[in-house]
Amino acid sequence: MSNVDWFSFALYVGLVALITRPLGLYLVQVLDANGKTFLDPVVRPLELLTYRLMGVDHNEEYDWKRYTMAMLLVSAVSCVFTYAILRLQHVLPLNPQGLPALGEALAFNTAVSFTTNTNWQSYVGESTMSYFSQMVALTLQNFMSAAVGIAIAAALVRGIAWQSGEALGNFWVDLVRIAYYLLLPVCVVFAVFLVSQGVPQNFRPYDTARLVEPIRLADGTSVETQSIAQGPVASQVAIKMLGTNGGGFYNTNAAHPYENPTPLSNFVQMLSIFAIGSALTYYLGRITRNPGHGWAVWAAMMVMFVAAVVVCGAAESRGNPLHQALGLAVADGNMEGKEVRFGIFASSLFAVITTSASCGAVNAMHDSFTALGGLVPLFMIELGEVVIGGVGAGLYGMLVFVILAVFIAGLMVGRTPEYLGKKIGAYDVKMAMLSLLVLCGSILGFTAWASASEWGTAGLNNSGPHGFSEMLYAYSSATGNNGSAFAGLTATPANGDIRYNLTLGLAMLIGRFLMIVPILALAGSLVRKKVAPPSPGTFPVSGATFVVLLVGCVLLVGALNFLPALALGPIVEHFLNLQGRMY
Amino acid sequence: MKTLLLQTRAALAVTFVFAVLLCGVYPLAIWAIGQAVFADKANGSLIVDKSGTIRGSSLLGQNFSGEQYFHPRPSAAGASGYDAAGSGGSNLGPTSQKLADQIRDRVAAYRKANGLAADARIPADAVTASGSGLDPHISMANAELQAPRVARARNLTEDQVRGLISANTDDGTLFGVLGRPGVNVLKLNMALDGLL
Repeated sequence: MSNVDWFSFALYVGLVALITRPLGLYLVQVLDANGKTFLDPVVRPLELLTYRLMGVDHNEEYDWKRYTMAMLLVSAVSCVFTYAILRLQHVLPLNPQGLPALGEALAFNTAVSFTTNTNWQSYVGESTMSYFSQMVALTLQNFMSAAVGIAIAAALVRGIAWQSGEALGNFWVDLVRIAYYLLLPVCVVFAVFLVSQGVPQNFRPYDTARLVEPIRLADGTSVETQSIAQGPVASQVAIKMLGTNGGGFYNTNAAHPYENPTPLSNFVQMLSIFAIGSALTYYLGRITRNPGHGWAVWAAMMVMFVAAVVVCGAAESRGNPLHQALGLAVADGNMEGKEVRFGIFASSLFAVITTSASCGAVNAMHDSFTALGGLVPLFMIELGEVVIGGVGAGLYGMLVFVILAVFIAGLMVGRTPEYLGKKIGAYDVKMAMLSLLVLCGSILGFTAWASASEWGTAGLNNSGPHGFSEMLYAYSSATGNNGSAFAGLTATPANGDIRYNLTLGLAMLIGRFLMIVPILALAGSLVRKKVAPPSPGTFPVSGATFVVLLVGCVLLVGALNFLPALALGPIVEHFLNLQGRMY
Repeated sequence: MKTLLLQTRAALAVTFVFAVLLCGVYPLAIWAIGQAVFADKANGSLIVDKSGTIRGSSLLGQNFSGEQYFHPRPSAAGASGYDAAGSGGSNLGPTSQKLADQIRDRVAAYRKANGLAADARIPADAVTASGSGLDPHISMANAELQAPRVARARNLTEDQVRGLISANTDDGTLFGVLGRPGVNVLKLNMALDGLL
């Protein structure tokens, strides 16, 4: 990594730190049903009208069961809505290319993928999705799933901070306020900025350009034209980044010059991935009246983030010795799958950001990273995407580790563990562990199944340990609701086998809802507890000791669960690569 | 049961309202602003020649193989590369025999085409496929190595060619930070052909 790279990195971390407090303060207002924002004069009437149309009483508070029911209902309804549009694409408007409807398995996979904030893409956007499908079916979920994630995080924080007996807030109010006061206004500004950088926003049929130099093919025929896919891209890219959805308009996502045309658009997109997740840690500190705790959680995340970027950046700029032996300039690093305008470092940085958060947009092909460079994004997903993490999902995932950390600290000093004055009981630890074990079981279970099956290995693009990594990455990404891929893996094969699409869809559902439900149960349990005043034996949840303990917990759980699998994939591939072995 | 029905109604209604507002009004508003303020960019930064024909986009690469043209990076998009309706990378991994074979062939071809020594180090971007398969850029070092060939084929001086290279370099970085400058191959070749 050069000095310029270090400077870019410092600039990025510094700006994320700067955003955290002001956006966090804004979140406090957004997530308070009676909060005041500068948008009230315009948005408040619309908000109230929405409640009237929905028939909900916005002053009513929900307990955890009702909150969960509402969350599951809106996820189910919107998922069916998305599925229906994808299946009816051929008769719906804004389809200038006349694209056919999606098949059942692919439509199921895609609808689930976007509902769970995963945005894994088993399809090639520009040759599968009409403008209407992109703009309505997929964009709806980009907003909805992001708002749901933030709402769950808010409910958990309230459970920790409040002593209300049962109430965790009103799910509908949270959902609507997040969409109207946070996501939509930021997206409007962001999308206009993206258009100014060159991201298209139109409804033109695909343009046909006459090539400057026609291509002569081996069979004597020649190609005279280039078909250029268009579409309403900017409005979708804005929310896909801000909402950490990550589903690209085009197949190659943020590597495509239309989705990410300039180094500046790339930088702002990276900032937008972390913005809300980072601000939520400030929200945590504010609502629990312990700002030091919020910053300690933030610091724990950032320690792991910085370490991951350094490892990934170093591996990618060192490059592939096999290729360098063939005559490549050593200083150029590993450029396979990367774009010239971003270069090595901005590609490595993006890869770590998108997998630390559960975004999953990519500006370079992770499949073509070096073995260690590709290990980092995979491991970041397997840590549970708690390093800033997906909007909301990152915070509630990290709070599970916080509960675990205070539990372990309590065991070490021989006292009943307590978190911010609330005693952590057996039920709470069970719920926390359940959400962690579900993750691990789904990733390793499905990977084992696929790697021992013919349908699993048939979808691979690479052989040897890298092929195994493709499967491990796929189920990690699906379960973690990330959506990035070692994209050589073909989940929608030409022979019509649906098992990848089905198992990946199941992994996404497990990773989303079997995680959220125990977390809301945990919130419901915590909100019933009374806060006891701190005693000399209370373990402080701010300061360096806590940061070290928390980072230790995250790494320990991640390493114990996944090191054996990683050893069979990227780790062994690294050593084989050094020995010059190829597959 | 009554709660369930009421909540289902709320879920249906909010899906409908969000669809209208966030999937209708919002993208159309961005479309209107984009078309009004940045019409060229909102329509894909298309390059139109003097006769009014669309020749490509300044953001998307095209294939070039003639000796009088600068050559873009190898592309894995579509059957013949640079398919702007089917973007894609090779997705070949670090221990892929296929990738190593491709790179070996490309290195040999690059050295031969540009009259380089048999042990000359080649810029990595010249022999590796980009992520999108549509990378419009090549590195400065890559353009520099191709300049003598293009100058010879066109009876231009190398300085004339270098002048066009720097005129067609996109430097979207801020003082070198955030990314890398790149030479826009399509714009450069169109400038050489006098099409711009």
